[in-house]
Amino acid sequence: MNEQRVIVVGGGLAGLAASIRIAEAGVPVDLFSMVPVKRSHSVCAQGGINACNEVARQQGYSEYQHFDETLIGGDFLQDQHPVLEMTNWAPKIIDLLDRMGVPFNRSSEGYRDLRLFGGSLFRRTHFSGATTGQQLLYALDEQNRRYVSEGKVTEYNFWEFLYPITEGEGDNKRAVGIVAQDMRTMQIRSFRGDAVIMATGGCGLVFGKSTNSVICTGGAASRCYQAGAWYGNAEMIQVHPTAIPGADKCRLMSESARGEGGRVWVPSKIGDTRKPADIPEDERYYILEERYPKYGNLVPRDIATREIFDVCVNEGMGVDGINQVYLDLTHMDPDYLTEKLGGILDIYEKFAGEDPRFFPMKIFPAVHYSMGGMWTTYTAGDYQPSEPRTEHKPNGEIPIGTEIGHGLKQGAPNNAMTNITGLYAFGEVNFAYHGATRLGANALLSCIFDGICNGVSVVNYIRDENFKPASEVDQSVFDAATKKEQEKHDALLATTAKSTGNKENNPYQIAFEMGEIMNAQSTVVKTKAGLEKCLTKLDELSARFKNVELGDGAMWTNQSLSFTRTVGDMLILAEAIAKAGLLREESRGSHYRTDFPERDDDKFWKASLAKFNAATGKSDIEFVPVKAGLVKLRPRTYGKTAPEKTDTKTAEPANA
Amino acid sequence: MGAAQASIIGSDERKANRKVAVVGRSVIFKIKRCDGPGKPWRWESFKVPTEPGSNVISSLNWIAANPVTTDGKVTTPVVWDSNCLEEVCGACTMVINGRVRQSCSCLIDEYAPREGDEVVLEPMVKFPVIRDLWVDRTRMFNALERVKAWVPIDGTYNLGAGPQESHEHQQMRYALSECMTCGCCVDACPQFTKQDDEKNWEGSFIGPQAVSQARLFNEHGTGKRLKDERMDTLTGPGGIQDCGNSQNCVKVCPKGIPLTESIAAIGRSATVHSIKKFFTGK
Repeated sequence: MNEQRVIVVGGGLAGLAASIRIAEAGVPVDLFSMVPVKRSHSVCAQGGINACNEVARQQGYSEYQHFDETLIGGDFLQDQHPVLEMTNWAPKIIDLLDRMGVPFNRSSEGYRDLRLFGGSLFRRTHFSGATTGQQLLYALDEQNRRYVSEGKVTEYNFWEFLYPITEGEGDNKRAVGIVAQDMRTMQIRSFRGDAVIMATGGCGLVFGKSTNSVICTGGAASRCYQAGAWYGNAEMIQVHPTAIPGADKCRLMSESARGEGGRVWVPSKIGDTRKPADIPEDERYYILEERYPKYGNLVPRDIATREIFDVCVNEGMGVDGINQVYLDLTHMDPDYLTEKLGGILDIYEKFAGEDPRFFPMKIFPAVHYSMGGMWTTYTAGDYQPSEPRTEHKPNGEIPIGTEIGHGLKQGAPNNAMTNITGLYAFGEVNFAYHGATRLGANALLSCIFDGICNGVSVVNYIRDENFKPASEVDQSVFDAATKKEQEKHDALLATTAKSTGNKENNPYQIAFEMGEIMNAQSTVVKTKAGLEKCLTKLDELSARFKNVELGDGAMWTNQSLSFTRTVGDMLILAEAIAKAGLLREESRGSHYRTDFPERDDDKFWKASLAKFNAATGKSDIEFVPVKAGLVKLRPRTYGKTAPEKTDTKTAEPANA
Repeated sequence: MGAAQASIIGSDERKANRKVAVVGRSVIFKIKRCDGPGKPWRWESFKVPTEPGSNVISSLNWIAANPVTTDGKVTTPVVWDSNCLEEVCGACTMVINGRVRQSCSCLIDEYAPREGDEVVLEPMVKFPVIRDLWVDRTRMFNALERVKAWVPIDGTYNLGAGPQESHEHQQMRYALSECMTCGCCVDACPQFTKQDDEKNWEGSFIGPQAVSQARLFNEHGTGKRLKDERMDTLTGPGGIQDCGNSQNCVKVCPKGIPLTESIAAIGRSATVHSIKKFFTGK
């Protein structure tokens, strides 16, 4: 059987878009997912998806402006060509989703409605109610199901990716398949694939509770990293200022609550146990209003995040003695709130159990998105200006047309390919698009763009006339990889029998402590001392993990085993995240070092590159220059000279 | 089946419970467990401390880290299905105190406000159990395939925008499109019967979810081109005529999807479809 096949790991927006695009080209796809793909984490995205559109265009907006905004948003840490390509594709991607039946909100005349969003003065965000991510995912799931029904895509739902199968060493290493495990029967087996696409999302669970879904552990990315794939900008983790801390996870509370008048405060007295309504005005500390009299509660996201964190973690002033502050809307008219913010207030009430119209919400920043991910390369397109341009102004001259194909060379086989030949990274797990901070409503775009645009690159890669099909690779390569995973699995299972009941060796306890230290030292505010402490703690946890004891020895549907195995992989990724943060001695975007508060372009206009050192079990980090060439570096000042317009003017019951 | 002992309570009572919930109490989780298909089931109880915002998920997480029953027996962590924990992915559906719902949005304060109160967890009743609270809902996704729940686009190349649509029509489709295939509606439907054998799926009632999704795509400018094929399925064995009008589906839908309206709309389409078929022979 010589039929070529492509393996896609992950069935969120990126994985499904890739699957559809590749199946359409006539190449059979094997799609692996830990959940039925319709339940992927993409469903959690609320706000929308950015794209230049006709209304904005006639007001002076352009794809090029979207490109420029994305670069400054990311504090210039991205390679520039892929970003240009992505923003050029954006309007076409919206049209495609529209044809697939996504119920985008409509204007009274029946055109697609638009909303304002962070980082732009133009309405360029398309949305579908309060659940845009869900609606986009469903549209792609439906198209994918069509291919499943035609036999062109085979779905492996409830299968966990364990390891990439490669042949060759060093620069000649290439991916020829994967080892995966059925989470129900626990069967471990290998799958051949002429190319392997990782579309496995973010790593929020490394930080304990985050806004991410249960499966967003970063485990799959870590396994590729251990197999030799490089990991870029690991330290770039976005923390959203306002989330609802839950007993199980943190749920996002849109920043439009502040836009509509929400005030952030804590009791002035530490340990004040009175109900919020009983605390008089002069015994409340309005954090943002007092520290930023000019902008008050409407400071940009990263500042709000840092200040809330500082008050709770450093000064211990959190409400009820834990890390949370009040986001208070109770001074406002309940009917007005219902009209403007009904959707998100209902979410709060459903999960926190209190009506925010009458009780202040309790919120805290939460890890939300990983800009970093597997390092990927590309072939630049034909737009190669003689020198980089300065900041693009609205209505300014657009240096290139809007047709597709200026940023990347279309269909070049190495677009979005990792350093392992034939191993691709799409979506959040691809480090390429968002630099040091992601703009709101750009994530959905980058996921679908990778699948639709770079899916073609995968097809071209396997159809090259010199390509050696995976079917010609000796079976022993696959058997050896399967055996190795089976042995790891059996060794973990065997720990059940010799369990001592020592809490120190409990996988859930180790994961909990990893989340605690990573959240405290490697997110909002970082210091040399803190990151060193974090690395020491990770060392201790890794040592304890060697003696981990599984609480379930079942050979059937053993979730504890799957979780425990992942904890080991998360610890390895956590080390890379903390170490890259330690070595990046500057502040840029989401990465804020109190001991190096300024951006240092001379030393660090560079991507961090983590390479796994199998001998030490740790990362070797180097810094490689950003490939700019299209736009000149400039200071990231927006938000410091004027409040973000989107915060004050968005009228929708927004969902950031 | 092992009937839940706590009574089913309405939203007013749940809100009242929230107000009187005792801080720092422990509650009893009584969980129906099963090690795998064909294995016997058993009850196990756990005493679980609550914290502010405790829900069923955080309680199951606590049990995973402390898997000891109220009898002092060391057991295995409970197995259950979950993902987003924001009631938008549909994964964590189970029967809680006798009523099917998502476990992530189930706050302990609402169900067990006093020390020692009981929360009873059981797997959904209409699907084969994989282990403990995790059931196999493949049949629901298969139903989506059977009613061709997609828009038959020409391909992913750039061909311009989709059909224009009024605000009202978009709102109607959006409401239907929020269905997360969670299974509450079919679990509560008296006509939807448990079928362990895949071969029997086609002849048994397809359920409100698939009927409503068929309507969603029949209502789309391009999607309606497959309307006849969808109606062939829905007028065949296990189709719309099997609906017994109990209206349970709409009562348990966590997203408030107008399922009975969809059933009525598809019922009307079925009549037209049958008459058309009678006269044209196609």
